Amino acid sequence: MTDDKDVLRDVWFGRIPTCFTLYQDEITEREAEPYYLLLPRVSYLTLVTDKVKKHFQKAMRQEDVSEIWFEYEGTPLKWHYPIGLLFDLLASSSALPWNITVHFKSFPEKDLLHCPSKDAVEAHFMSCMKEADALKHKSQVINEMQKKDHKQLWMGLQNDRFDQFWAINRKLMEYPPEENGFRYIPFRIYQTTTERPFIQKLFRPVAADGQLHTLGDLLREVCPSALAPEDGEKKNQVMIHGIEPMLETPLQWLSEHLSYPDNFLHISIVPQPTD
Amino acid sequence: MPASVLWAVDLFGRVYTLSTAGQYWELCKDVQMEFKRVSAATQCCWGIACDNQVYLYVCSSDVPIRHREEAYENQRWNPMGGFCEKLLPSDRWSWSDVSGLQHRPLDGVELPSPHWEWESDWYVDENFGGEPTEKGGWTYAMDFPATYTKDKKWNSCVRRRKWIRYRRYKSRDTWAKIPSKDDPKELPDPFNDLSVGGWEITEEPVGRLSVWAVSLQGKVWFRRGVNSHNPCGTSWIEMVGEMTMVNVGLNDQVWGISCEDRAVYFRQGVTPSELSGKTWKAIIVGRESDRSHSGSSSSLLSAGCFFGDEVRGSGTESAPSDTDASSEVERQGPEQPFPKESLDDSRNLKGSLSKGPEASRNPEQNMENACPAESEGKAPEASSADECHGPASTPAELPWTNIDLKEPKRVSNQPAAGFPETTGLSSLGPFPLGMEEPYGADDHPLWAWVSGGGCAVEAGSVLKWFTVQSGQSPSVQMLSLSITPAQTAAWRKQIFQQLTERTKRELESFRHYEQAVEQSVWVKTGSLQWWCDWKPHKWVDVRVALEQFTGHDGARDSILFIYYMVHEEKKYLHVFLNEVTVLVPVLNEAKHSFALYTPERTRQRWPVRLAAATEQDMNDWLALLSLSCCESRKVHGRPSPQAIWSVTCKGDIFVSEPSPDLEAREHLLPCDQMFWRQMGGHLRIIEANSRGVVWGIGYDHTAWVYTGGYGGGCFQGLASSTSNIYPQSDVKSVYIYENQRWNPVTGYTSRGLPTDRYMWSDVTGLQECTKASTKPPSLQWTWVSDWYVDFSVPGGTDQEGWQYASDFPASYHGYKTMKDFVRRRCWARKCKLVTSGPWLEVAPIALGDVSIIPESAHADGQGHNIALWAVSDKGDVLCRLGVSELNPAGSSWLHVGTDQPFASVSIGACYQVWAVARDGSAFYRGSVSPSQPAGDCWYHIPSPPKQKLTQVSVGQTSVYALDENGNLWYRAGITPSYPQGSSWEHVSNNVRKVSVGPLDQVWVIANKVQGSHGLSRGTVCRRMGVQPREPKGQGWDYGIGGGWDHISVRANATMVPRNMSREQEAHGQGPVYC
Repeated sequence: MTDDKDVLRDVWFGRIPTCFTLYQDEITEREAEPYYLLLPRVSYLTLVTDKVKKHFQKAMRQEDVSEIWFEYEGTPLKWHYPIGLLFDLLASSSALPWNITVHFKSFPEKDLLHCPSKDAVEAHFMSCMKEADALKHKSQVINEMQKKDHKQLWMGLQNDRFDQFWAINRKLMEYPPEENGFRYIPFRIYQTTTERPFIQKLFRPVAADGQLHTLGDLLREVCPSALAPEDGEKKNQVMIHGIEPMLETPLQWLSEHLSYPDNFLHISIVPQPTD
Repeated sequence: MPASVLWAVDLFGRVYTLSTAGQYWELCKDVQMEFKRVSAATQCCWGIACDNQVYLYVCSSDVPIRHREEAYENQRWNPMGGFCEKLLPSDRWSWSDVSGLQHRPLDGVELPSPHWEWESDWYVDENFGGEPTEKGGWTYAMDFPATYTKDKKWNSCVRRRKWIRYRRYKSRDTWAKIPSKDDPKELPDPFNDLSVGGWEITEEPVGRLSVWAVSLQGKVWFRRGVNSHNPCGTSWIEMVGEMTMVNVGLNDQVWGISCEDRAVYFRQGVTPSELSGKTWKAIIVGRESDRSHSGSSSSLLSAGCFFGDEVRGSGTESAPSDTDASSEVERQGPEQPFPKESLDDSRNLKGSLSKGPEASRNPEQNMENACPAESEGKAPEASSADECHGPASTPAELPWTNIDLKEPKRVSNQPAAGFPETTGLSSLGPFPLGMEEPYGADDHPLWAWVSGGGCAVEAGSVLKWFTVQSGQSPSVQMLSLSITPAQTAAWRKQIFQQLTERTKRELESFRHYEQAVEQSVWVKTGSLQWWCDWKPHKWVDVRVALEQFTGHDGARDSILFIYYMVHEEKKYLHVFLNEVTVLVPVLNEAKHSFALYTPERTRQRWPVRLAAATEQDMNDWLALLSLSCCESRKVHGRPSPQAIWSVTCKGDIFVSEPSPDLEAREHLLPCDQMFWRQMGGHLRIIEANSRGVVWGIGYDHTAWVYTGGYGGGCFQGLASSTSNIYPQSDVKSVYIYENQRWNPVTGYTSRGLPTDRYMWSDVTGLQECTKASTKPPSLQWTWVSDWYVDFSVPGGTDQEGWQYASDFPASYHGYKTMKDFVRRRCWARKCKLVTSGPWLEVAPIALGDVSIIPESAHADGQGHNIALWAVSDKGDVLCRLGVSELNPAGSSWLHVGTDQPFASVSIGACYQVWAVARDGSAFYRGSVSPSQPAGDCWYHIPSPPKQKLTQVSVGQTSVYALDENGNLWYRAGITPSYPQGSSWEHVSNNVRKVSVGPLDQVWVIANKVQGSHGLSRGTVCRRMGVQPREPKGQGWDYGIGGGWDHISVRANATMVPRNMSREQEAHGQGPVYC
C-alpha cells in the first residue's frame, strides 16, 4: 500500500464473518439452520440483516415473530453501534466466525432501543454525522450540504457504495489550510469494564504549541486507565476497526482515515487476551 | 508559490533575510558592510551602507548575467594586396559598430564598471544568420553599407566580420558599490533613503527595476538603466520633487518597523479592493541564531549565517534523510560565500574562481583563500568552516575599518533612539562582528529597517511568521519530494500492515460466505449539451445517464447513455466506458466542454463532445467518467516510470501506460487504442525518462518537476493522491492588433479602406478582435492585467509601439518611411490560471525547453545522476546537476556558454547532446559524459538548405530535427567516430513536434489529419516500420487528436521480451556508441 486512500477502502470493505443461530427457546415449526453472512464492519446490524430475518422467519410461525434482536454471549447487541465496534468490543479475542444468537421474543427493553424500520437507523446515523460535524466544523459543512447530499451519504452506506459515500464524505473531512486539523476530534471510547456506555469529551487535534496530538495524548487525557503504567505490563488493547494503531499515531490522521461512516472514531478498550 | 525573502537590517547594521518558507532570520552572506537602509527586489537588494554609499547585492544564480559586446572589422579589396585594412577616405572606420558610424577598436571597448569581467578574449563569430561561414568569418558585399553574403563573388569589393566578446557581471553575493553623484563643487549630500520597485509595470521589459534614492537634504535620485542585463544601472538622474520613505510589497503589502518596540510589522488583509488593509501584525518569529543558541551559538555568529544550516541540521533532531541532505545542497548552490575577506579581495576572488583556470594566475589570492576554495566543491562542515573563518573574524582584520565610519556605539542602550528615519545616519553605528555578543538569546530582536519589495505574499496565503514555530523547517519538507517523513512514519506502516493482516484474518477463509448487502446498479443522471452528429452541427440539450454495474467479483462495467430528440423522436447513443480511450477538456472560450474518444471515433476524427452548464458540473462528470474508465482498465495511482506523457493545446496533461506491444515489431498495438488519462496541472511542455523523472514547463516558462502524486485539478477526492498535490498557476498573454491606414488629410486613422482588415484584429487580420470582445482563451483563465502595448514584437516598433508597412498584409518595420500607408501595433493582456497537480516549481530560472537522457529499461542506470539539459527562456543553455530518482528536481544549474540564444536542446543515449539555436542552425555538444556533464565545445551543424530548424530530438542513435515549415529531418551518417553525422534527410512534412525515444521510436504531433468525419489539428502519430536498419521508417500510424501540442515517449523503453534479444543483436552490429 502506498497511499492513504487505500486505508479508506480497507476500512470500508472490512467484513466480519458471522454465524447467526436462532435462540434455543424460540419456538420453531421446523429446525432452523444457522445462517452465515459477511457483515460490513462499518454498517449497522438492523440495516444488513434482512436476509437473516427472512431465513429464520421461514422456520417460525407467523404469530411468534416480533421485533428481531441479537445477542452475543449473553450481551444484547446495540443496533445503533457500528458492527465493527460491537465485534471489537465484545468478541475480538474469540474465534471466527462470530456467533450471534437471534431472538424474536423478550426484547430487552432496558438494554436496547427499538428499531421499527430503517428510518430509525437513518435518523440515528444522520444525527451522529451532524454531531461529528458540529465538533469538527461548527456544523458548517453539513449545513451547507444539500438534502440530496445527505441522502447520498445515507444511500452510500445502505447500499455499501464506497465511491458514492466518499464523493460527499470527503467534504466533511476537509479543514481550512491555516488550521492543522479539525476544531475538535469526534471520538467515543468504549470499555466493557465500566458501566458508563462511552467517554466523549472535547479534544483538539493540535496542541497549543502547534504539535499534533496523538492517540496516546488523547488516552492520557480522557482515559488514563486504558494505558499501561510506565514500564508496566500492557493490560489493554486500544482497538479501532480490528487493528491496534500505535499510540504515536496523530489523532487528526486517525479521524480522517479510521472514522466510521458516522464520522466518529469509535475506540474500543478491551483487555489484553491472555494467550 | 516559490520561496522569496524579506530583507532587514538590525540596529547594528547587520543585514538579515527571512524566507517565506523559513522560520529564521538568516544573516546575509556578505557580512563586510554595515547598512542603514536596504531595499530589495527578487534577485537583488539595494542598500545604503554606513559609509553613505549605495551598494547593490545581486544574489547568486546558476545563470550568469552576461552581455555581448560586438565590433566589426571592415576591409576593402584592392588589386595590389587583395583585401586589406586600407579603406577609401569616404569609407567607414576599419573597426566599427554594426552601422559603421562609430569607431570601435577592440581594445577601446571597456567594461562599464569594475563589477563586470570579460568572459573570454575577443573572437570572430563564424556564424552568419544561422549558417557557418568560411574560416575567418568574413562576409562580403559590393560596398558599404549593403547586404552581406557569406560567399565571395567577383564583385565583392568589401568585406567585414564580426568580433564578439562576452562580459559577465561578477559582483554576486557581495555588496557592489554604486558610484554616487557627488558634485565636488557642492557640499556632500549623502544618501539617506532608498527604495526599489516597479517590477510589475507591464509596459516595461521583464527585469527592469526602478531604483529611487533620497539624500539627506531631501533630493530624490533615480537610477537609470537598471535591468536584468545590467543590474547596476548606468547613472543617477536627479528627479523633481521630494520623496518620503515608501516600502510596498509586490502585491501591495505594507511593511514597517514600529518605533515603540522596533519589531517588524506586516499590514495584513491588504487586498486589491481594500488597499488600506485591516491590522498591523507583528512578526514574532525568532532568529535562526536564537534557535540554535544553546548548541553552538558562537560558531554561528562567527561563521555567518551560511553555515547555520549545517549547524541546525546536526543540532536538532529533525528527521535527517537523503532528501534533507540534497535540499541543503540546493539552497547553498555551487558558489560559497567568502564572508571574511575584504570587499575588494572577495570580489576578485569570486571573479577568479568563476573564471576557473585564470584563478591560478593569482597565486597570492589563491594561497590566502585556500580554505574557502576547498570548501567550494563539497558541502562545508560547520567545524571546518569555523577553522577557516575563525582567524579572519577578529576585529583587527576587519576590512571595513579603513572606511570612514562613525564611531561605534551601542544604540540599544538609548531608549530615545526614535524612529529609524530620524535616527538615520547618526545613531546607526556599526558594531564589529564577533567582537562580543550584542544581545542575549532571550532578547526580542530590535530592527532598524525592513524591505518587502522582493517578498511575494499572495492574498489569502498563510505565513507562519506570527506564531513561534517549533519543529522542522517547512522549506525542508517542501523540497523533499515523494518521501515525506509522515509517510515513512512507523505508525503509518503499522496501520497498513495491520489492516492487511485483519483482512486476511477475517476474510480469507470466509470468502464463500454470502455478502450482507447485494451490489446493485448505480445510475448518475444529468443534463448536458451535446454537439450533434448531424448538420448543421450545433449544441443540443441532452439527458445523460451513467450506469454502473458491479459484479460479484467486484469488477465494474459502465455505460454512458446520451438521450436526445430528433424530429420529436426520442433517440439515444451509448458508449461503453471500457472502450473509451480518452476524456479531454476542450478549449472553448464560452462553454465548459469535453470530448470523449473511442478508437473508432479517433479514426473518424469525430469525438462525442459534451458541454456542462457550470465548471463544477463538468468537473464532476469528467472526474466520474475518468474514474470509471480507469477502473474498467484497472489503471490506478502513480503512472509507471515508462509512461508516455502528452499535453493538449489547452495545457492539460495526459499520460498513457505503454503496453509491451506498443513498440513491437509484429502485431503492434495501433496507437488509436492507447488509453490516456488526465493528470492535474497545467503545462506547455513535458519531458520524461524511464527512471521516473518528469519535468514540465508552463506557458509562463516556469519549470515544474513531477512529485509522484496523481490527480489534482478537477480530480478531487478518490481520483487524487493524498499528498504530493500542490497549487500551480500559469500566466499567458493574449495579443490583438490595432490597425490604421494613412490618408492625406488626417494622417493615420482607424478609418480603413472597405477592403481592409478589421481595425482591431488578430495577427492575421481575418478575425475581428476588439479590446472589449476579446476573452481569455478559456473559462479557466482570468484577466490579471489591463491591455498594454507590446513593444517586443519581431521587427521592432516606434516609441508608441507602431509598426509600419506599405499595405496589409506585408512585412512590418519599426520606423516610418514615405512609402508606408498602413501601420499596426500589438496589444497584449495577461491572464492567469490557477489549478493544482502533482507538480513542484523548480525555481528560479524560467525555461524554454528541457530534455532528460533516455535510458533503456534493462540498462544498469541505478546510482548515477540523470543528465538533464534545458534552455532558459532567454536562450541560455543549462545543464542540471544532481538529478536522481530520489531528487528529481536536482540541485543546481550549470551554465553552458553559447554565442547566441538557443531554442531547443535534446540529450540522447550515451550523452549525445544536440541543440538548435534561435537562428535555426543546429549544434552538437562534444565530450559530454557523466564526469564532464557540460561537455567541452559546440560543433556547428548547418541546417537543411533554406530551412530554419526549431526543434531537435535524440533517441538511442537517431537524431531528428524539425524546421519552421513543419518538415521532419533525419540526421544521416552518424557514427561513433563522427557523431555529428553528414547530412539531413527529409522524412515527412506536416509535423509540429517530434519525440524520439530510447528504442529510436519516432512519435510526432502531426499538424493536420483527415478522418472520415472530420479533420483534426494536432494529432499524436507514431512512425511505422522504424528498425535498426531502417531508422527513418515509413508511414504514420495516427493516434489521439486533435488538439494535442506535445508528446514525450522518451521514458518508454518497454519492449516485447522476445524481440529484445533481436533488438540487442541488431544493435550489436549497427553503430553503437556506448
